[in-house]
Amino acid sequence: MAPRLIFRRQAAAPVFDGKLWRHVCSWSSSSGSNGSSSNNKNKNSRYKCDNVEEEQQQQNNEKLRCKPDKSNARRGATDDSRQTTADSQQTPTKDAHRAASLPANANADADAEAEVEVDDDSDAKRYQARLNLKSFRARKHIENMIRAPLVKALGALGSPTHQIASRAVRTSAILAQTPAKAPEKIEVFVDDIPVMVLPGTTVLQAAAEIGVEIPRFCYHERLAVAGNCRMCLVEVEKSPKPVAACAMPVMKGWRIKTNSDLTRKAREGVMEFLLMNHPLDCPICDQGGECDLQDQAMAFGSDRSRFTDINYTGKRAVEDKDIGPLVKTVMTRCIHCTRCVRFASEIAGVDDLGTTGRGNDMQIGTYVEKLFLTELSGNVIDLCPVGALTNKPYSFVARPWEIRKVDSIDVLDAVGSNIVVSTRTNEVLRILPRENEDVNEEWLADKSRFACDGLKRQRLVAPMVRMPNGELQAVEWEGALIAVAKALQKANGQIAGVAGQLADVEAMVALKDLVNRLGAEHLVTEQDFIKGSGIDVRSSYLLNSTIAGLEEADAVLLVGTNPRYEAPLVNTRLRKAYVHNELQIASIGPNIDLSYEHQNLGADPNIIKDVCSGRHAFSKVLEGAKKPAIIIGIDLLERADGAAIHATIAEYCQKLKKPNWNAFNVLHNSASQVGAFDVGYQPGVQGALQAQPKVLFLLNADAGKLTRDQLPKDCFVVYIGSHGDNGASIADAVLPGAAYTEKQAIYVNTEGRSQQTHPGVSPPGMAREDWKIIRALSEVVGKPLPYDTLDELRSRLTDIAPHLTRFGQLQQTDTGVAAQATPTKSISSTPIDVKQKELRDYFMTDAISRASPTMAKCISAVNKQQRLDEATKQSAAAI
Amino acid sequence: MSLTMRIFTASRHGQRMFGTTGARMLAAQKAEPKDIVAVPKGYIYVNNKELSMEFEDITDRAATTMFFGELFRGFAVTLAHIFKEPATINYPFEKGPLSPRFRGEHALRRYPSGEERCIACKLCEAICPAQAITIEAEERADGSRRTTRYDIDMTKCIYCGFCQEACPVDAIVEGPNFEFSTETHEELLYNKEKLLCNGDKWESEIASNLQADHLYR
Repeated sequence: MAPRLIFRRQAAAPVFDGKLWRHVCSWSSSSGSNGSSSNNKNKNSRYKCDNVEEEQQQQNNEKLRCKPDKSNARRGATDDSRQTTADSQQTPTKDAHRAASLPANANADADAEAEVEVDDDSDAKRYQARLNLKSFRARKHIENMIRAPLVKALGALGSPTHQIASRAVRTSAILAQTPAKAPEKIEVFVDDIPVMVLPGTTVLQAAAEIGVEIPRFCYHERLAVAGNCRMCLVEVEKSPKPVAACAMPVMKGWRIKTNSDLTRKAREGVMEFLLMNHPLDCPICDQGGECDLQDQAMAFGSDRSRFTDINYTGKRAVEDKDIGPLVKTVMTRCIHCTRCVRFASEIAGVDDLGTTGRGNDMQIGTYVEKLFLTELSGNVIDLCPVGALTNKPYSFVARPWEIRKVDSIDVLDAVGSNIVVSTRTNEVLRILPRENEDVNEEWLADKSRFACDGLKRQRLVAPMVRMPNGELQAVEWEGALIAVAKALQKANGQIAGVAGQLADVEAMVALKDLVNRLGAEHLVTEQDFIKGSGIDVRSSYLLNSTIAGLEEADAVLLVGTNPRYEAPLVNTRLRKAYVHNELQIASIGPNIDLSYEHQNLGADPNIIKDVCSGRHAFSKVLEGAKKPAIIIGIDLLERADGAAIHATIAEYCQKLKKPNWNAFNVLHNSASQVGAFDVGYQPGVQGALQAQPKVLFLLNADAGKLTRDQLPKDCFVVYIGSHGDNGASIADAVLPGAAYTEKQAIYVNTEGRSQQTHPGVSPPGMAREDWKIIRALSEVVGKPLPYDTLDELRSRLTDIAPHLTRFGQLQQTDTGVAAQATPTKSISSTPIDVKQKELRDYFMTDAISRASPTMAKCISAVNKQQRLDEATKQSAAAI
Repeated sequence: MSLTMRIFTASRHGQRMFGTTGARMLAAQKAEPKDIVAVPKGYIYVNNKELSMEFEDITDRAATTMFFGELFRGFAVTLAHIFKEPATINYPFEKGPLSPRFRGEHALRRYPSGEERCIACKLCEAICPAQAITIEAEERADGSRRTTRYDIDMTKCIYCGFCQEACPVDAIVEGPNFEFSTETHEELLYNKEKLLCNGDKWESEIASNLQADHLYR
């Protein structure tokens, strides 16, 4: 039998008995599922975490709760002595509490089901962790880490009984999370400076509160605590050994010494061990100059080496893994912090990475040859403290000291992730995420990160005019503008404009002003939406719950959307809520992998009606939730019955509204969309076509929704944009614009947050900023626009919509009120579909990513992986 | 030869021979020349001294002037140098000695296998105080890290030698060549090809210089 992989995830609980479990995730293979499950039953290991102070344990007398874990790192014959210690400390009488915390029937059911259906998750119910915690905070933390697998295990079984069980667990979790009393702060001393912290705060966090940074490799704020690098060892007075600051919660009155002789010695020792196996290849390592190991070796390492044997050949060497076209691996450099493993399983929800072997033979990898393909894979590059995982397209290109960094905004999806554009010699080299808690935390989706090489290809560098022979010929700006102006004067007011996916607000306003001055009103966006009064109320097209707010949601219904690929960083929020907040998610549409368990209600649009009329089972969940949210995909609203769907859901969301919480959400996938609606563009190219325009402006409109056949024969098409894509190919005049890294421009994200990009490089060739092109054209046409500088244009923007220039802020929308458009038609029965179902659909969605060779490589890698998977399946079937 | 030696010696010691005749007699009374202005304590007056107006000194000076003493001494020096070995060398046919640490024209070295040493770590580019070095790198087909461009603007370079000090693989070195003047500025903008060519040309000298100096590096 093929070895079955069990991904062991050990809950990262702060441990109170002074021992630190190894929280590393590790692979284990066992021969056959039946065998393994029976084995596991025999080795049903339990551990408990005791408070050091027994008295407090008595006083608190909190309900001990069982924590079945999906896996257990301490299983098997090779378990170390810690197991013995834990067992010896265990008090068997506490077993009953397991039943106390779970409804008996659910528990029995789950067990019974697990007997029949042997499944990876059935391991989860074999292990119990009993934690007696002093504080709400620590308890919450642990519950977040531990209960998730149980809920998942129950949910995975899928039967209604188990949904009840899952709900029961959730309810108990919510009850347990309610603090009995407000926790009191305790005083600890960090380097003799008193600091008041909440109980359950770790030593590292306490030190951070007064600005003392303790060195660390494996610890990361957004990941579970692993405590395996040992770099954060600090001395605590009266403690016999240095403690791992990242995993150890502080106790009252502790005196932590972050710079004592013992601490320094511990750090130097750990550093020596790390460097013993780390290759001395900094000169050829891409991490050089921004490497945590380099920096910390300088800051905290010993100033001399004991490594005298220069011919030493015992350094560990590990074969490099091929995990895809985006992440380059040099596994010899790995220091086994397991940040990547934890990111993959916790944030990305792809259990592809794991560890094999132990001790010196430990390796990070995929176990079987496999690509690490997820829409968030680039983040492991940022997380890796050494040069083991580096940016493949950027490899060997530049050093951190020679690049200029410009803070900007990503426009390849509608999330508006904050980014840092690294440039050198007028070239965008790479894009990194910038921290913004409200938008992207510190993650960035792969398309946003790696599509930047598309900015150098397929660029329009000179104005072009279509010659009588049908070919576009490069001309000077003057000639191009005069040609367009002549067409505009002939058009006699029959003018229309279409704004595409990457259009910025400034250019859209300038185009609108110009077209209006020429006596026309037909300005539309390429992306369709509901017609009529739908866009009059701002909350009817926004993600009203806000991206950060979705983290607090406890019931979410996705309608015709795949947030995983349409807005990966919204999906990480949903996943975060799913893991930490017991979020229940259901989707209407095709059954797709969202990286978390969700209930697929089907693709029939009538289910929307059922849910919204309260007949459906999930309606009860939504109505019972504290913060419910319904997220509608923008592509669903393109349908003919989009208005009816919109109105039905909007009406239902009125029922669901809570104080300061709006359940109605539209998830956009183009960066320009919300901004366009804000400045008064109408949705859908049909509006432009109905006008029978003599001149049609395409402002970055590259989606290919407009074809030449749909337009009148004598229509003069003007394309303003950065890439030679669908738009430019049908144009009669091409005016080269700037891409988002080349202009200062405003974009409004799907939650209505206005943010601006900053220019990192200058536009190539004769290309100019889009609004300047329109301004220049207005001069030639003889209707000059009343602004000459960006500031003047921005004050015009402020007149139209003041929120556009309040960067980073979220304008409060009317809570709970979405537009009340009367349904014109009833909902048709065409099944609901989403455009981006699989990873391969994700990579190329706009002009920039279509021009990117890296994105093309990603698609071929996904195809290759699929072929491999199929071949494996076939050969398995043949056997 | 002995005659020339004697003339040379006489010219060197002439002052003592002529100047001491009277001085020997009046050594006890000889007065120090006075400073022109009063010198505060702790200072030393270094400008012209006031001439001594003692009779003996006046006579000495008159005799020196009258008998063209300085002129003859000058002749004697000139005459002596005619017979001495010349201090100049017959450049470009002869060349002076060079230290192994001499910092001349740059070169990029290769390994004995012919593989270029430079790994595009860009430390030389980073340390160059004149910012004369420009490097661009990418992955070579075999996956190794190599430069695609390695330019040194020799007219910017100040020959400080920091680049060779920074180099972890002894790839960029300042070789012993100092004769690389050109007629145009452009010829002094070295590219990777030129630098590697320099390395091939000077490898034996560079290697022996590095060997000579390796104990001190």
